[in-house]
Amino acid sequence: MQLNSRIPSGPIEQRWDKCRFEMKLVNPANKRKFSVIVVGTGLAGGAAAATLAELGYNVKCFCFQDSPRRAHSIAAQGGINAAKNYQNDGDSIYRLFYDTVKGGDFRARESNVYRLAQVSVNIIDQCVAQGVPFAREYGGVLANRSFGGAQVSRTFYARGQTGQQLLLGAYQALERQIGAGRVAMFPRTEMLDLIVVDGRARGIITRDLMTGKIETHLADAVVLGTGGYGNVFFLSTNAKGSNCTAIWRAYKRGALFANPCFTQIHPTCIPVSGDYQSKLTLMSESLRNDGRIWVPVKKGDTRSPEQIPESERDYYLERRYPSFGNLVPRDVASRAAKGVCDEGRGVGGTGLGVYLDFSDSIRRLGEGAIRERYGNLFEMYERITGEDPYKVPMRIFPAIHYTMGGLWVDYHLMSTIPGLFVIGEANFSDHGANRLGASALMQGLADGYFVLPYTIGDYLANAKLHKVGGDHPACREADASVRERLKGFLSIGGKRSADSFHRELGKIVWDECGMARNADGLGKALEAIPALREEFWSNLAVPGTGEELNQQLEKAGRVADYFELAELMCLDALTREESCGGHFREEHQTPEGEAMRDDDKFCHAAAWEYKGDGAKPERHIEHLEFEYVKPSQRSYK
Amino acid sequence: MKLTLHVWRQRSSQDSGRMVRYELADVNPDMSFLEMLDVLNEQLLSKGEEPVAFDHDCREGICGSCGFVINGVAHGPQRGTTVCQLHMRHYHDGDELYLEPWRAAAFPVVKDLVVDRGALDRIIAAGGFISVQTGAAPDGNAIPVPKGNADMAMDAAQCIGCGACVAACPNASASLFTAAKVSHLNLLPQGQPEKADRVLKMVVQANEELFGSCTNIGECTSVCPKGIPLEMIARMNRDYLSAALVRR
Amino acid sequence: MTATVPANARSSLASFYDSVIGKKVVMAVTGLILFGFVVVHMLGNLQIYLGPQAINRYAELLRVSPGLLWGARLVLLGAVGLHILTALQLAKRKMDARPQGYQKYTPTTSSYASRTMLWSGPILAAFIVYHLLHLTVGSVHGDFREMQVYHNVVSGFRVIPVSIAYIVAMAALGIHMHHGVWSLFQSLGVAHPRYTPLLKKFAAAAAVVVVAGNISIPVSVMLGILK
Repeated sequence: MQLNSRIPSGPIEQRWDKCRFEMKLVNPANKRKFSVIVVGTGLAGGAAAATLAELGYNVKCFCFQDSPRRAHSIAAQGGINAAKNYQNDGDSIYRLFYDTVKGGDFRARESNVYRLAQVSVNIIDQCVAQGVPFAREYGGVLANRSFGGAQVSRTFYARGQTGQQLLLGAYQALERQIGAGRVAMFPRTEMLDLIVVDGRARGIITRDLMTGKIETHLADAVVLGTGGYGNVFFLSTNAKGSNCTAIWRAYKRGALFANPCFTQIHPTCIPVSGDYQSKLTLMSESLRNDGRIWVPVKKGDTRSPEQIPESERDYYLERRYPSFGNLVPRDVASRAAKGVCDEGRGVGGTGLGVYLDFSDSIRRLGEGAIRERYGNLFEMYERITGEDPYKVPMRIFPAIHYTMGGLWVDYHLMSTIPGLFVIGEANFSDHGANRLGASALMQGLADGYFVLPYTIGDYLANAKLHKVGGDHPACREADASVRERLKGFLSIGGKRSADSFHRELGKIVWDECGMARNADGLGKALEAIPALREEFWSNLAVPGTGEELNQQLEKAGRVADYFELAELMCLDALTREESCGGHFREEHQTPEGEAMRDDDKFCHAAAWEYKGDGAKPERHIEHLEFEYVKPSQRSYK
Repeated sequence: MKLTLHVWRQRSSQDSGRMVRYELADVNPDMSFLEMLDVLNEQLLSKGEEPVAFDHDCREGICGSCGFVINGVAHGPQRGTTVCQLHMRHYHDGDELYLEPWRAAAFPVVKDLVVDRGALDRIIAAGGFISVQTGAAPDGNAIPVPKGNADMAMDAAQCIGCGACVAACPNASASLFTAAKVSHLNLLPQGQPEKADRVLKMVVQANEELFGSCTNIGECTSVCPKGIPLEMIARMNRDYLSAALVRR
Repeated sequence: MTATVPANARSSLASFYDSVIGKKVVMAVTGLILFGFVVVHMLGNLQIYLGPQAINRYAELLRVSPGLLWGARLVLLGAVGLHILTALQLAKRKMDARPQGYQKYTPTTSSYASRTMLWSGPILAAFIVYHLLHLTVGSVHGDFREMQVYHNVVSGFRVIPVSIAYIVAMAALGIHMHHGVWSLFQSLGVAHPRYTPLLKKFAAAAAVVVVAGNISIPVSVMLGILK
């Protein structure tokens, strides 16, 4: 298969304009004759559904939560980047583009990233007009902060709840269209399969989670804004319901899955406290500005932190990276923490944690200053751990919180199945091998408000679709396979819950395909996962029936898909014989232990094609051109 | 520690439902409340019984999915905390806990502790937005917003839509929820053009959904995970009165 | 999905009264009238300490203009009537809004007064009827003399159960006012982080003053201070 990314020609600054000009338009009077299905109501899906309805399309919108307002975009804390240059500190669209390509460790498509930086400014305007209460200066203008080590202040924020406020903006726009009857909203409804007719995406099969009813929904195009797959690790900062089922079903229907091994780990999360742990909670990265990270010098030192004298503490980041110290990038900080814990120097009951100590800062600045900066974070920490971080050092550990990989899309955000568009975290497009802080919100809204609504019009205007009824063989086949699968889960009658399998699967993936990977471990994982999957299909317990709210049945379906995705992830990680961004192969590192890219062999996106159950998926590549930002090696010494 | 749980079990909205007693040994004080229920559910599953259904998603106190009444208090005893952020260290060995779903005519029980809060979405759909279509926005800094107003709007906008205010209100009123959205948008210059229309439509919708009236007793504020103040309700009343009185 | 009735599709007044806020505004306005009345009434009552002539003259003064008297009485009657009618409708609404209650319900912050408005209210309604029959019409008074207020009060309160009934009713009034007087401002949209706490204190003080002023009379009679 030849991957055609449909990147417009010409200077990068003009490509999006050119593309928009060349796209065919749908006559305003004809828009209402087209229908579009949008799955997911986060920043990308919610914004897309609202905007498509404003344009006049008939929209059907689906989410598994009880309300579109609860999509996991809501949990983003830090902020959203935009190249507004309101601070007059030298920011520009080009600089945001440059930073994002470099931050992505040269594994993203330049043209997409440039467009993202271009529309970033429109996003802020749109959100302000919707009533998003961004932080303001006393003069009434928008406030900015510097985030994630950026040298300019381009991050807009609403306290520590930026994701929530942006999502509510999109949600309100969506509710407006729902109230006006232009969007039919289906909450508590999960997409379980994609309907492909004559090679084009024409609909989805859904299950009503309240009644168990299986339904066929048809349309002229399908948009997936269903988020990432970080929950494959079981423990992640994702919401419990976040799942890969929508994109995985699309993969199995022919959409290519790109770079599944590109997962991002956040260094400052609250560590696991026991085997009952259900999820991990992120603590803002800003804590590293004033906290010092250390572990005991001695292995297995069980003394409480205040009993360990200064000379027996190892401030390992300050030691290894004297110029950046505790502020090294996410992936570097995370791997270093894993390293010291692997050496047996981790702290806390599980040995999987490092100290983030504020006592020096408190001594230097006073408790009041620290309280002012981090009061709400300290409170959250205390609520969860029961420990007072003003007195005892915090314990932190890295956790999965974003996946850069996703379904492969071209410049129009269309997957390899014509008519299937993929937006937000669900696609692979803009962050390469590593995402910068405050860029996820930007991408979700860029795709939903300003990119997809144009490109989908071009598809619809060109497609010449004929009508498809629910009795079409493709619909019947999809419907039957969904029913079959659900019946399968209910009839196994085994002993173990879906959660217990998920937890075990997550541990394998975390150990072998987490912060650091090697051929040996990935090979082991590729044996362990199918073995566990076999047990899953023979020993799963799902009580109740399919005709009611059945949360165990929902979980079973999601875990089944994670089993398959986990395998693909490991395969992708094994094949990518280099280290880049969030993908660290131990075999490929500099003598100092830093990630070493191989631009000769791997300057491409790897997109996997499903070839049937049990068959090895086929790897296709999209070569990445870097015409503007020349690849270079990162160094933080 | 050991706990005795009395959990509301109801198969569906048609079923009448009842409290069922469960004993749970070995509850770890570091567990969150929902993790404790996960453990209960694993236990039920292993006995071949149906697990307790409850809504939850982000488990970090922001999505608003979770929530039920623990010993008569919505979201349990810790102020400013959703159930998912409540930890078992606040309980003692031998405690008896009563778990009930949000109770309101507008929130029919779907199953066990899960209720349908669609009424809240319909209140937003009635007017809880600013009608600006994508692309029609002026520059973000074109209209300055006084910092005080922006901060107060943010105080109101923090609402997570969990429905605890309705659950705790003896009148099952959605006033705090509605007022939070009315205040958030009506405080901002961008919200002014639709100010009167917004409050009228949202209040009418709250009426249609069978929520009760506010008697200003403050239970809603007290259980609100975001501590949205009662003053927001007065603000909504004020906007409503002036909108209703000047309407032609 | 329920269709939304456009806010202006029905007559403004009806939809105003129909709304969850409109009814509370009616409660607040009528409550405010009644609050004004109880304050003035209490001040009038206290003239009993100035002796029989003073209070009897005050009673005559009130009756100088029958038009004014009946006008005032009609306004008060209207206010009481609307207050009660709306309260009944709100009580029904409350029951409809939560048909199935909690097995366990624990108030966290609300005052006793605020939760018992639906109890203190009916006690007051019953009291008003009794009070009118007792000291205005005189039909339930053992020794009622037309226009001899001082005599009627003192002889009335010499009956201990009557005095106790009045004291209980005044306690209910105090409880009702304690929540009602600040709550009515909230219903009318008057609230401010700086002034609301003061309003609450004002409501409590007003309740104490009105109740103390009124209760002092039967107490004084029972103690023999007023003869």
